[in-house]
Amino acid sequence: MLSLTWFLALSAILFAIGTIGVLTRKNAIVIFMSVELMLNAVNLTLVAFSSFMGDIHGQILVFFSLCVAAAEAAVGLAIVIAIFRNNLTVDITKIKLLRW
Amino acid sequence: MDLAAILFYVFALVTIGSAAVVVFSRNIVHAAFSLMFTLMGVAALYVLLYADFLAATQLLVYVGGILILILFGVMLTSQGYTLNFREATVNVVPAGLLSVAAAILLIYAFSTGGWVITEVDERTDTVYDLGMMLMTDYLLVFIVAGVLLLVAIIGAIVMSTRLSVNTED
Repeated sequence: MLSLTWFLALSAILFAIGTIGVLTRKNAIVIFMSVELMLNAVNLTLVAFSSFMGDIHGQILVFFSLCVAAAEAAVGLAIVIAIFRNNLTVDITKIKLLRW
Repeated sequence: MDLAAILFYVFALVTIGSAAVVVFSRNIVHAAFSLMFTLMGVAALYVLLYADFLAATQLLVYVGGILILILFGVMLTSQGYTLNFREATVNVVPAGLLSVAAAILLIYAFSTGGWVITEVDERTDTVYDLGMMLMTDYLLVFIVAGVLLLVAIIGAIVMSTRLSVNTED
């Protein structure tokens, strides 16, 4: 029998892996993929609670979270491509127009 | 150990292993392809949680849409010299400490939460219930999500097409 704690622990580990990726990588697209990992971890938590508590409203929330993730992917990659066109790099340590 | 537990362990291993490859791989194409296995593993876990509609949506939106977008982004932005950074990672020690602390705190909070679990006797498919709810209780949110997607599409087109502004400096 599956238990709720297993799914929650799995999504916590997935979220932590995504955190490592966001904090350590320098390529903007890899950071982007790590953000997607963290979004998936949160969605997995919501679906696990929704399934184990017998309440389907959590799945509606995951559905809208998917919508926002799709919009974020489109706009985020457009921003990355625009930055690459201006700076010829996606290395976030070399994009320092607003730093001093 | 029953079949569901074995399937859970297999899909959990696939998900976490390929997520680690996404984060730690030097090659960005390998990272993008192992992100596909992570997303498929999460979709399989949705099936184990009786969320059939969300599993199908996960496959369609993430694997079919977002992953293709990411691969296009990889192709458009990596021109040989950006494939391998000499130092692909920065701040490994503080980031590792922070994420391990986050994982431990999350697992502690989850395992000591005392969640009330409701035993559902009979599982049906969720498509009918989700559709009815989206068209009644969540109709306004549904429309707002559609407008959000439209705005995102227009914004992405405007940002990624080459504007005819003179950028001399």
